Amino acid sequence: MLAKRIIPCLDVKNGRVVKGTNFEGLRDMADPVEMARFYNESGADELVFYDITASAEGRGLFTDILRQVASEIFIPLTVGGGIRTLDDFDRVLKCGADKVSVNSGAISDPSIIGAAAKKYGDQCVVLSMDVKRVGGQFRLFAKGGRVDTGIDAMEWAVKGVRDGAGEIVLNSIDTDGVKGGFDLEMLDELAARVDVPIIASGGAGNMEHFAELFTHPGIDAGLAASIFHTRQVDIKDLKRFLRERGVEMRI
Amino acid sequence: MIAIVDYGVGNLFSLSSSLKALGLETEITADAAKLRAADKIILPGVGAFGDAKAKLDATGLVPVLQEEAEKKPFLGICLGMQLLFDRSTEYGEHAGLGFVPGQVVDLRGDLEDKTLKVPHMGWNSLQIVKDDPIFKYFEDGEYVYYVHSFYAKDCLPSTLGTSQYGNVSVTGVVRHGRVYGTQFHPEKSGDAGLRLLRAFAEL
Repeated sequence: MLAKRIIPCLDVKNGRVVKGTNFEGLRDMADPVEMARFYNESGADELVFYDITASAEGRGLFTDILRQVASEIFIPLTVGGGIRTLDDFDRVLKCGADKVSVNSGAISDPSIIGAAAKKYGDQCVVLSMDVKRVGGQFRLFAKGGRVDTGIDAMEWAVKGVRDGAGEIVLNSIDTDGVKGGFDLEMLDELAARVDVPIIASGGAGNMEHFAELFTHPGIDAGLAASIFHTRQVDIKDLKRFLRERGVEMRI
Repeated sequence: MIAIVDYGVGNLFSLSSSLKALGLETEITADAAKLRAADKIILPGVGAFGDAKAKLDATGLVPVLQEEAEKKPFLGICLGMQLLFDRSTEYGEHAGLGFVPGQVVDLRGDLEDKTLKVPHMGWNSLQIVKDDPIFKYFEDGEYVYYVHSFYAKDCLPSTLGTSQYGNVSVTGVVRHGRVYGTQFHPEKSGDAGLRLLRAFAEL
């Protein structure tokens, strides 16, 4: 059977990996290529790169980094950040990305999901969503979690999958950076609504949180950044820990 | 030199990078003379069967591949492996290359547990069912990376390795004569995948 996936996420700004807490107060952490090598050797099942650079210069730097990572590391790479058009898909796929994640770009132009799925296949299109509880509703947020779109996140996910998204990254703003565990209530709700793989993001603070996550059958992968970047949790140890608890892991 | 057949299907960056990382000389080409001169040929592919087969037919290279596949080691990867079979039922009925006996069918139709997700995407362990030089550096049960919705069946005599997904034994590696195929992506299967590619290069 398929193994559950452990995915470190690298937020890259101007060529460096950064990770914020509740999306604010970014602090510099390390070199993305070095970190990708480290994670590859630690047994990461996949790597996610988010380009949070705004400038064109930073974008160029990012594609160089991506090309370098993709020429050395042979596990799946997902790339997101600033993806708005098919040209953006094309640009990162040519640099060695396997999957492309869209977030705000799909909110401003939802047709990008269908167009990309038709051109590159469903498996290539990852719908990434930042979601927060507002007035008893799971609400979709845009622009790195800063703007309330007023859209119901679960309906948005269902529509995205219908249009061709092959996987969903659900990032709970409510649990992100708090390290108190994944947002299981939100994840269960999503798992009940869609039948594509779900990657849980936001809230991992220790190994137990992953063990708890994978008792929820609809969840395929756990994504985290700072706990891996700071070596608070070692991926090799985590995978052994989970395997001992009966979770299928690639070791 | 290992030739990677260029027929406008899929992204060849990772495949060529992985072969380079193994220190192997490779060339992405649609040139019949280069395919004839190559020591080995790899047929990649992603996307839909009918579309890919039409593109491959349009290159005019099929008769060359047919001849060369009898003379030298040949490897189809993912959709490139599916194209090796007699036919596929993906969006209608399409004829394949017929290099390996068998057919390609919808995985969903054969899965009893309808809650299992399709595409079969992620890391699954590969069970060796028949030993072969391709497994020289590979251990039984190692994990490999799959992304596919259709799979090859009725090809048991050619099957070298399988991965279990629900009730279905997904055909993971096949061999018929000098023609090999992997349903998973060795170029995305970490170190285990690179070791399979190395063994292929040494055939």
